Amino acid sequence: MSAQEPDATGWTGHARRWLLKRLPPDKLLPDDQPSYVASWIYVFGMGAIASLVYIVASGLVLSLNGPAWYHVSALGRFVNSTHLWSVELFFLTMVVHLWGKYWMAAWRGGRALTWMTGVIAFLASIGAAFTGYLLQTNLDSQWIAFEAKDALNAVGVGAWFNVADLGQIFTWHIVLLPLAVGAVVALHVVLVRMHGVVPPIDAAETDAQLSGAHGTVLPPAAAGPQESDEALPVPVGSATS
Amino acid sequence: MSAPMGSRRGSDLASRPWAGRTRRYDLFKELAVGTAVVGALVLVLSFAFGSPDDRAITLQSWAQAAPADFIATSTAELGGTSDSATYGPPYNHTKDATQTFGPIDLQSFSGVRLPVDAARDFVIGPLSTTPSARAAVAAWSSADAAQRSSWAAAYAAALAKAPSGDPARVAAGSYGPVPALTASLLGMAKSGALDGAIRNERGSTSLDATRTTLFLGDGAYFNDLASRLHLSGDQWGVMNETGNYPGQAWLWLFSLWYQVPLIGNAANADVLVIGIVGVLSLLLLLVPFIPGLRTLPRWIPLHRLVWRDYYSKRAPR
Repeated sequence: MSAQEPDATGWTGHARRWLLKRLPPDKLLPDDQPSYVASWIYVFGMGAIASLVYIVASGLVLSLNGPAWYHVSALGRFVNSTHLWSVELFFLTMVVHLWGKYWMAAWRGGRALTWMTGVIAFLASIGAAFTGYLLQTNLDSQWIAFEAKDALNAVGVGAWFNVADLGQIFTWHIVLLPLAVGAVVALHVVLVRMHGVVPPIDAAETDAQLSGAHGTVLPPAAAGPQESDEALPVPVGSATS
Repeated sequence: MSAPMGSRRGSDLASRPWAGRTRRYDLFKELAVGTAVVGALVLVLSFAFGSPDDRAITLQSWAQAAPADFIATSTAELGGTSDSATYGPPYNHTKDATQTFGPIDLQSFSGVRLPVDAARDFVIGPLSTTPSARAAVAAWSSADAAQRSSWAAAYAAALAKAPSGDPARVAAGSYGPVPALTASLLGMAKSGALDGAIRNERGSTSLDATRTTLFLGDGAYFNDLASRLHLSGDQWGVMNETGNYPGQAWLWLFSLWYQVPLIGNAANADVLVIGIVGVLSLLLLLVPFIPGLRTLPRWIPLHRLVWRDYYSKRAPR
């Protein structure tokens, strides 16, 4: 379907035309990337998403069995462990991704909303993890509830967000905050696909200035596992005008 | 001229689709490989290290492990001198108990939405459900507030002077029904009945442990246990967890401020820390619009490591 559909009518047609213009299929599901996308730092965003898959899967198993299950079942304890370690990996990869994007100044070229949705996803994830620690129904959760109540009460939210009320915290942890994190992460990924990967700071218009680039294909760059080791022989310098 | 470091969409290179060379890339393959690698890591870590699960403390385990502390805390609840009894909103109306920032008093905005009357909810109410303390409860209930305070204060002082705070070695004095009330409550707690009695105050199917948690926190036993496990606020608090686990390491910036004496010892420490973390979070969110912060990546060129391949192939200017 063309992004320039002349016969797109009505709200639905206009919405489809707008979406296809902003995010055509080859941008949404790309099979190539700019040649400068060649570093292990690019792996960590995907690592965070992969960790999120395991967080949701293990969390579903835990919540469907109730908060007491993992205390009395060996399988429950193991599922709880996978939930914990996928959360730890999620934050590790997300923080490396965040710092990487900061030092790459990845907000350049109209990508501010991409940066901001990433930060919001990070902050919402902290809230989601915090409520998870409150749901452990053990000494840790008991103590965290006792400690954390003072900060929440001091700013006036403890009356509605009561850390010692298991029912409330369950709703926050398995419904509200996962929905928030999932929605913001989805928007973040869509924005990344719409805008493409930010080019190097002070990059030139094309690869024409690169040594060995004139009329030949460069040897493959040192790449992370997400890139193919095969460079495409696109015309170099064709977009300089 | 250097390319702009701001986020505004313009005519610069970062705003336009890349016109240079591309590399083959497979999004779904990367997702599949990434998911497999992370899955393997999760399994290895889970098998190798498991997860912490220290049993929760109950009023029963507290009473059995530290009866003197339990009696002293119950006396403080009766006398209205415990942390819970004097907390202020959202639990009760204690005057000047809130944390403020200048004239701003956010803690009072909610009013008393989770009411806690420590003497009634933690001691007298539960004892009213058992016949063994009927006479002591009646004596307490028929006394006026000043008399109750006087009894409780006298008994608290006597307990503090007794060897190891042992109620059996307290000197004789005018304590009214307080020793009988606290001894009955201890018996009730040791039997396990007190946990259920307090939780049932919010309904038999309640999942709300606010009152039990507050009562536990008023005693020394729970706090001492947390300190031994390196969980208290001056030991980086809630970012730690029991055992040798990473805990909520991402809360380090929050816990950090409590370790700064000027902030951690302030009467309004929680307000200050939440305010500081809130401002820092806002700065992080708005980095693309803040001159200086958004230019730092050019001044400290770590990006040259990320794109070292690209820069190394550039012809000298």
